[in-house]
Amino acid sequence: MKRLFLCLMITLFLLTACQAVDFDAPAPVYETGIDSNAWATIPAGPFFEGQFNHNASIDYNYDMMITLVTNAQYVDYLNAALADGSIKLVDEQIVGFYEGDPFNNGRHEEEVPAGDYIYIPVDNRAALRYQFDGKQFTVKDTWENHPMTFVSWFGAKAYCEYYDGRLPTEQEWEKAARGTDIRPYAWGYELARNNANFITSRDPFENMSTFGSRTTPVGFYNGKSYDGYQTLDSASPFGLYDTAGNVWEWTSNIYEQEHYRYMRGGSKDLYEANLRVWMRNNARPTYISPAIGFRCAR
Amino acid sequence: MQALVKRYKFLFTSTKGLVLMGIAFCALISAFFGLLSGPMADFGVKDVVVKLFNINLIEAEREGRLIILYHTIAMIVVAIETYIITDLVAMKENQRIAINGTITVGYLAVVFGGLPFAYWGHTWPLHGLYVAGLALIFFAGCYLAYALWPWRDEYKVTDKEYAHTRAGYSLERVAFFAMTMTTLASALFGAVPGSYYGNGFETFLAENVVRDPFKPALDLSIIGHLHIMLALIAIAATLIICRWMDFKGIWHKMAMPLMIIGSIVLAMGTWLVVPFETAAHFIIYGGSTLAMLGALFLVIFSWRKLIREGLARKGLKKGNFFQSVAALVSDPVKFGPTWQMVFMNFTVSGIGIFVAVKLDEIFRQWQFMDERLILTGHWHILATLTATIILFYYVDLAGIKGKARKWFGWGLIISSDLAFGAISVYEMKRLFVDEAVQQPVTNLLTVLGDVGLITVLVILAAVMVWRLIDLFKKKGRWAKEVDERLAHVPEVKS
Repeated sequence: MKRLFLCLMITLFLLTACQAVDFDAPAPVYETGIDSNAWATIPAGPFFEGQFNHNASIDYNYDMMITLVTNAQYVDYLNAALADGSIKLVDEQIVGFYEGDPFNNGRHEEEVPAGDYIYIPVDNRAALRYQFDGKQFTVKDTWENHPMTFVSWFGAKAYCEYYDGRLPTEQEWEKAARGTDIRPYAWGYELARNNANFITSRDPFENMSTFGSRTTPVGFYNGKSYDGYQTLDSASPFGLYDTAGNVWEWTSNIYEQEHYRYMRGGSKDLYEANLRVWMRNNARPTYISPAIGFRCAR
Repeated sequence: MQALVKRYKFLFTSTKGLVLMGIAFCALISAFFGLLSGPMADFGVKDVVVKLFNINLIEAEREGRLIILYHTIAMIVVAIETYIITDLVAMKENQRIAINGTITVGYLAVVFGGLPFAYWGHTWPLHGLYVAGLALIFFAGCYLAYALWPWRDEYKVTDKEYAHTRAGYSLERVAFFAMTMTTLASALFGAVPGSYYGNGFETFLAENVVRDPFKPALDLSIIGHLHIMLALIAIAATLIICRWMDFKGIWHKMAMPLMIIGSIVLAMGTWLVVPFETAAHFIIYGGSTLAMLGALFLVIFSWRKLIREGLARKGLKKGNFFQSVAALVSDPVKFGPTWQMVFMNFTVSGIGIFVAVKLDEIFRQWQFMDERLILTGHWHILATLTATIILFYYVDLAGIKGKARKWFGWGLIISSDLAFGAISVYEMKRLFVDEAVQQPVTNLLTVLGDVGLITVLVILAAVMVWRLIDLFKKKGRWAKEVDERLAHVPEVKS
């Protein structure tokens, strides 16, 4: 009897592991009050760079979006760009032209020649937060103000450039997120669960026993309370939101002997140590993920 | 007072006492600092522990803290292996006492200097104590190398069943000596960049720089250092198991030269990572293949021996396949170490080779965070599997018999293999599951891994509690062990 019970428990346990993730599981809809079209100006001047606070300086003023690019914003871009022919649909992918990287024949370097590259997938995967009816892109209900994901570096770059902006460099991103002191997080020196969206942060969009950690609306951690879930105001000294957690952010740098593109900020799927302002991730520029998004600079 | 002196003598002078104390320190450190990460952090235990013990966790110093933490644990493991080696391999008594004494003071200085420095604010004298401890351990290693010098007539083999040179010098002793010498040289490969980066806390974890195309020489030195030190600790454990199993005969004669050449070539390969990174990899493959082949011969010998002994206990001279398998696994404590060596091939060596071969084709197509997961899992599993091998040996030394022996043996094999199997699949999960749909798989593997690891810790805690209770008994097991040596050293003259 005991053995039978044990076998049943193990079988049940294994079966629960085989269940599919429900991408249509309901998510709350919250208006954060943060304007995703707003920009912050980062003044020229010195700042501390990296984990060991090296002296660095950026000698020009620049603007950064205060939030990540949202699904709604990106879908607007897709519709406009599709209409004017600057992007096209090829084999269930939106693609666009890229002029190519200089190739230095580095040890693990892959060539990125001029050509068309994926911006976003347009297939039937349920994880996508947008849909395409053959003519028009729309955002799936409830995800309008969440960060755009499943977007490649090419897709992020193209969006920014379409609106006369660009992706920020790693240095620009770090200064905008950190300010001019040595804090490890945008808001200060310590991280609480309601500062940012990271793994097991227990935000209203997360359920670790089923679908796991999901994105939170851009600017969510602004000190507001959402149905009793009290967030802490986690803006950077220059007013940027979501620079820790939620989704990784593509940056613009192309380094010698590398084809990788770098990301900053950590994501909803990682522990807090990866949210520190100097932490980096990288991937091929065609890489797409539910945990990678971007914001623009200009 | 007399009672305290006797127990002090057991814990600080006898081999079994020293090993017990080392394991207890490892267990306590792992249990306490394990509360600051993984599931314990998820459950909020970390926050409570940090507040309760007034721990000072500065975010920028996380990497430095971790480096001191795992160096501390590694130093204790090195000390445990040294205690066993000084007892198993013939040497003068005064050498044994001096080596053991030095390394004990060394690791205690590392523990009581390094950990408070890392976790409770920077009190510089404690950092000095930590560095002094590391230096003492290095010095003990130098003395160990001197004591192990194989070309002394008094250490020639008397039983020709053991691998030896034409002149009769023990090749197993040469293997211990080669392992010690390469460990000392490899320690320097970490010490030099460690001193450089330690000055100003510009520390980094090797897995974080793996994709950097331009690595400075000192970065490469650290990467070489961490690989070779773990490999050499594993080789030392293998040589210890060779003694425990009384490894001899033709397999021994084939294995020992492989272990010697393997250790040297492997170490040289990791040192050559600094000037010739690409060529060094091929040398490392060559060295590790030789050392692993030596370990395979130990596995073949010991499994045949265990089958023979198991059948003999049942009054059989020969058995069919099933009887042989039953005989092989009849004593899980003796079967455990060599099984873990085999299991290591699936969870560490096999994965390592697969990743190296398919690096550009598969693993560099992933985001860096997914590749980093493999690297972190890889060395955690290698280190912990090696620790379980030493634990099996200790439990045999402690004389656990009967049902407790079976429960311990099978408990440790099943739970550690469950944990490391699950972690291996977890780290490779991107091969079969997309990021967007991974949660159920992740949940299952995490639970299996945690259950396995927690069970290992519970088993370890049970052994430690048992030995702690024993220490309070007037005529406990410790009273016998205080004067006991580990084993007869059969291959050399006494």
